[in-house]
Amino acid sequence: MTDQALISLQGIGKTYPGSDIPAVADLDLNVTEGGILVLVGPSGCGKSTTLRLINRMIEPTTGHIFFEGEDVTTANPDLLRRRIGYVIQQIGLFPHMTIAENVSTVPKLLKWDTARTAKRVDELLDMVGMDPSIYRGRYPKELSGGQAQRVGVARALGADPDVMLMDEPFGAIDPITRDRLQNEFLRLQGELKKTIVFVTHDIDEAIKMGDQIAILRDQSKVAQLDTPERILANPADAFVADFLGSGSTLKGLTLVRVKDIEPTPYPVVDMSAGRAEAARVLQDSGERWLLVLDNAKHPVRWLTAQDIDRADQSFADAGQAVRTTVQSSYTLRDALELMLHSAAGCIAVVDNKNEFAGVVKLETLARQIQDMQVAARLAIPEDAG
Amino acid sequence: MEGIVSWFEFVVDNLGAIWTSTLEHIVLVFVPVVAAIVVSVGIGILFRHNPLVQNINLSIAAVLLTIPSLALFTITIPIFGLGFWPPVLALFLYSILPILRNTATGLAGVDSAVLESAKGVGMGPRTRLWKVELPLAWPVILAGIRVSVLLSMGIAAIATLVAAGGLGDFIKDGLARFPLPTSVERIWTGTVFIIILALISDQLLGFAGRLTTSKGIQK
Repeated sequence: MTDQALISLQGIGKTYPGSDIPAVADLDLNVTEGGILVLVGPSGCGKSTTLRLINRMIEPTTGHIFFEGEDVTTANPDLLRRRIGYVIQQIGLFPHMTIAENVSTVPKLLKWDTARTAKRVDELLDMVGMDPSIYRGRYPKELSGGQAQRVGVARALGADPDVMLMDEPFGAIDPITRDRLQNEFLRLQGELKKTIVFVTHDIDEAIKMGDQIAILRDQSKVAQLDTPERILANPADAFVADFLGSGSTLKGLTLVRVKDIEPTPYPVVDMSAGRAEAARVLQDSGERWLLVLDNAKHPVRWLTAQDIDRADQSFADAGQAVRTTVQSSYTLRDALELMLHSAAGCIAVVDNKNEFAGVVKLETLARQIQDMQVAARLAIPEDAG
Repeated sequence: MEGIVSWFEFVVDNLGAIWTSTLEHIVLVFVPVVAAIVVSVGIGILFRHNPLVQNINLSIAAVLLTIPSLALFTITIPIFGLGFWPPVLALFLYSILPILRNTATGLAGVDSAVLESAKGVGMGPRTRLWKVELPLAWPVILAGIRVSVLLSMGIAAIATLVAAGGLGDFIKDGLARFPLPTSVERIWTGTVFIIILALISDQLLGFAGRLTTSKGIQK
């Protein structure tokens, strides 16, 4: 069991002094290499305690912790923690240190030389999308919440740990920024392929972030541990079903990303195109709307046939502005949300160069939902007997 | 107007003596405050995770500060004899409270999330203290040191009564020969130079504070 698991908790329990009831009771949990394991559960279920037992921020009262096959229950906790990235909700950047000093904390503790450390800092800041030449010398007080948490993630990645522990990392950030950080983090994880244990109380975040989800109830007892798809399709018991809440079909849209579906082609014209050409393209396509692309092939305006008629000089002000676009890393749920705000009832997809790649239509999403329902009915329950 | 002129004349005529007394005064304050910094910051660090003991220590330091200075300056003469040591001990005891209180407050005020992440990245207790807790508490500790210095500057004038010198000598001489000529000038000389010395020290400490406090936590 411990051979394959990167982290293995065996019979782990924690009883706080002065309390008879354990916060975590006799937990066995294996974290396999690669991928994100989300611990989710109602508040007070012990999920944070469980996470903090892994890097021994909290010392267990019973049981053993194995890390990479080695029993670390009584090993030096500081050395252990340098091998495990740790990100917390309150971020906890060191306010008296510059961003570069914050990010280089672990490399310095490991006594890396200056050149290697400096190179690593720039690499990490680039990785989390913060220009090192701008932010290296700044202080945490000069950052927004979202930027601070990016730095928090960069600091945790300092010495390239195999494992990251994340305790509601995006919990204190406004919903729009949170969505963006989640997407960026998933993109980053796609490259880094770390083993991540992620705690949240938000089932939607769990579904979005998790390769595996452990739904925990009181005293950190595992109610169900499975992939998000299978949990949504087959909740193990009433507790899990209740915790998932209603609308699990809509939640399923979180599991599919824009890149997983083929963007639908859509009629487009360049900004420089004439009215006649635009009208012809629109008519040939049979769509109600036409997209205008700017010089960088980025969609900028939605036009109807009337808009084309009325446009006098250029299309720059004609029709409706394209307010939002989605990238391939967005979930279909994000796409649906944005689509409902879009004039044309569909949403333009851009590739990583910000160039137009097609659209996602409501019909596509409806078909996706139907497919998922069929798949869920066919899924064979594993744990639910 | 006439008084100011005659005071200036007195100062100019006695520059040498004033300079000597000023140096004595500086030493009389510097030695006990440095000792108090070492002891108070040490105690504050030692008991930072033990609020009960920390509060007991603060109460003791508060009691020390309430001992009348005249008594505290003279009570140790049987042990040390006249001169330098009785006032140094007295000023040391007085200086403890402001520094200890600010050390305790400063360390207790370090954001728990910052401590949590310091521990989480694998800093040991000593590294956390030196790299995180003390740098963050430093502005508060320094404010305590400044209070102790100001406090000691004034009280050190009493050292003259136990023959320890300092700028208090001028005040004592002035009082002794009142109302003879230059008695008022002597009192003013002692007082004004103590105030000037206190203001300069405070400004220097403030400047040192700005140099030694990270820009990330300066207001």
